[in-house]
Amino acid sequence: MAYAAGVDVGSTQTKAAIVNEDRELIATALIDTGSNVIVAAESVFEKALKSSGISNTEVEYVIGTGYGRYRVTFGNDQVTEISCHGRGAVHMFPNTRTVVDMGGQDTKAIKVGETGEIEDFCMNDKCAAGTGRFLGAAAAALELSLDELGPTALRYTKPVKISTTCTVFAESEVLSWLGKGKKVEDILWGVHESIATRSAGLMRRVGIKDEITFTGGVTRNTAMVQALEERLDKKLNISDDSHYMGALGAALFAMDRIMASRQPHAVAEAAK
Amino acid sequence: MTTETTHETDIVGRGNRDGAQLFRDWFAELGQTAEKGDQSAYVFVMGSMNEILKTFDLPVVFPEINSLQTAVRRVAGDFLSEAEDYGYSPDICGYVKADVSVQLRGGEHPMGRIPKPSIAVLTNACNTYVKWAEIWERMHGCPMFTLDVPGTRQAGTQTWPGDPDFENDRRYVQKQTQELIALCEKVTGKKFDIDKFREILGYANAMSVGWKRVIEANKATPAPFNALTDGTIFLGVANGFRGTKEGADYFNDLVEEMEYKAANGIGALAEEIYRLVFIGVPCYPIFRRFNELFSEWGGSFINSTYLWFASGGSNLGFEYDLNKPLESFAEGTLISVRDAMDSMFHQDRMLVDMVDEYAVDGIVYHPIKSCRTVSTGLADSRGYFATKKDVPSLFVESDMMDSRVISEAQMKNRIDAFFEGLASRKQQAAIAGKEG
Repeated sequence: MAYAAGVDVGSTQTKAAIVNEDRELIATALIDTGSNVIVAAESVFEKALKSSGISNTEVEYVIGTGYGRYRVTFGNDQVTEISCHGRGAVHMFPNTRTVVDMGGQDTKAIKVGETGEIEDFCMNDKCAAGTGRFLGAAAAALELSLDELGPTALRYTKPVKISTTCTVFAESEVLSWLGKGKKVEDILWGVHESIATRSAGLMRRVGIKDEITFTGGVTRNTAMVQALEERLDKKLNISDDSHYMGALGAALFAMDRIMASRQPHAVAEAAK
Repeated sequence: MTTETTHETDIVGRGNRDGAQLFRDWFAELGQTAEKGDQSAYVFVMGSMNEILKTFDLPVVFPEINSLQTAVRRVAGDFLSEAEDYGYSPDICGYVKADVSVQLRGGEHPMGRIPKPSIAVLTNACNTYVKWAEIWERMHGCPMFTLDVPGTRQAGTQTWPGDPDFENDRRYVQKQTQELIALCEKVTGKKFDIDKFREILGYANAMSVGWKRVIEANKATPAPFNALTDGTIFLGVANGFRGTKEGADYFNDLVEEMEYKAANGIGALAEEIYRLVFIGVPCYPIFRRFNELFSEWGGSFINSTYLWFASGGSNLGFEYDLNKPLESFAEGTLISVRDAMDSMFHQDRMLVDMVDEYAVDGIVYHPIKSCRTVSTGLADSRGYFATKKDVPSLFVESDMMDSRVISEAQMKNRIDAFFEGLASRKQQAAIAGKEG
């Protein structure tokens, strides 16, 4: 049995996924990226290996993805997380045609074809508004953990409207609403709605086609899922492994390479 | 060494070598003009009126080119900051701000000293031109002349000689060029010399015809020149030396070089895999690196709207009729500047027409923060193009001057993903071809 791995080095967290030659996801792992990207990539891979019960030598091919993809020093190749999220999403939800990936520092809307190939994509530009970092700033201002954000926001009764698009200024705006006596849950829901609005805008830029799969770390935030679904008026595909979609896509690309290397003649012929 | 090899050594790369030398010569001459306190004309790339100004022996200064040179030489940040300290907003056109700093510094520029303007000549092709020239008018007290060129009223509705609407437009432009001539006579104290003007038009003709042939040489596979990097050098000569013997000789040589390379399969890129068209203004702060992000994947820019509009539309190859110079100059100005505007505003239609002829694999849209003129509408233009042609495109935003809004890592991510998509598409097409 051949194994392949994907390591997704994101700005906030680093994820790893291992698949077997039937392209089944057999292990995942997650750690905070921290300041040493190389070490983070190595650590998360070791953690995934441990969880899978297979050894390092059994993994024939590793692809790095994410902003730190070139720092996966033990990897064989690199693929952007845009392609990886598309591939992973279509693998997990085959009818996916639009992917929205919300990570620590960027949000991407990706239009994909039947096999997960990228038809178009759009990302937030040089600004963390509408990303996980925006939520992080709000959480810091409200002295909540990231895990508390979703459940707290969903208790809203009279949501406030967050007008700023700047992550830094969002913190000040949150504090100003607190100063006006607004409830934490109402402010938080406003933050989620603000992000959902920006993300929906990105998705409209590439064209929204059913089905939509939500990927990335923010998928664990139930309020974000609800806010996006309300904004889009559509149900989103989400799984417990949505956080690992980039790493999964990378692992699937890695498995493609293994399979291609077993049929070099056929591949070369097809490419001629 | 064979004769053929010697010929190839002489000819290949000549356009870049000679272009760079001419560029240095031009700035050296401007430096001498500044030192002597002689007259000069400030002009713009879209409708420079070089032919008239050179008839009056006025050296031409292109502040747009001065500004982009600060970015290429990686000192734009200092110039932008100085203009912002002076009061200009970070959102104002970077070209304008770098030029304001040059003016505040008394003409100090990395390429040498820039003379003060005796006259500023502009067209309506870019709305910022007008506000920009007003700055010089206030700073230096020089007259400014705005040539109002009637643009295309509606996409795809250009009129041509013989059409009553066109003739009205031509007369309107001709009347204005006569006003410009009168102003130049007043500024320089010289009489307009129609024979000299005719000679200059002849050189301009050779350049326009050559420029068109050079661009068309890139229909060859592999493309003989990179429209982004090499093309910008050619553009410098096309603008600075328009209507001169040096310019005409340069373009004659350039045609020879590009057609030689095309005939002998010599490409700008050793291994051209993807043929790309660039839409917009280059990312000058990381000019070479920006191109590498594409060339590392085998992507070669084989054409660019920049080559069209930043040459004032001379890519059309319009030839003036030397028997009726003033009338024909007005006609050529109208057709060329109008086309330059169309290249910015209606380039979607032009792209639809050219993708097959140039065997285009992908389009790269590059909207820039500081230029609304070329960037507004690009998203919609891209959408329109997508409905007409099944050619993938990339939308990557940055700036032509301001490195503060350029993130190479983010840019690379988008570009890599674009090529991953192109590669996957090519592979699927290959497989489908085999199966079919």
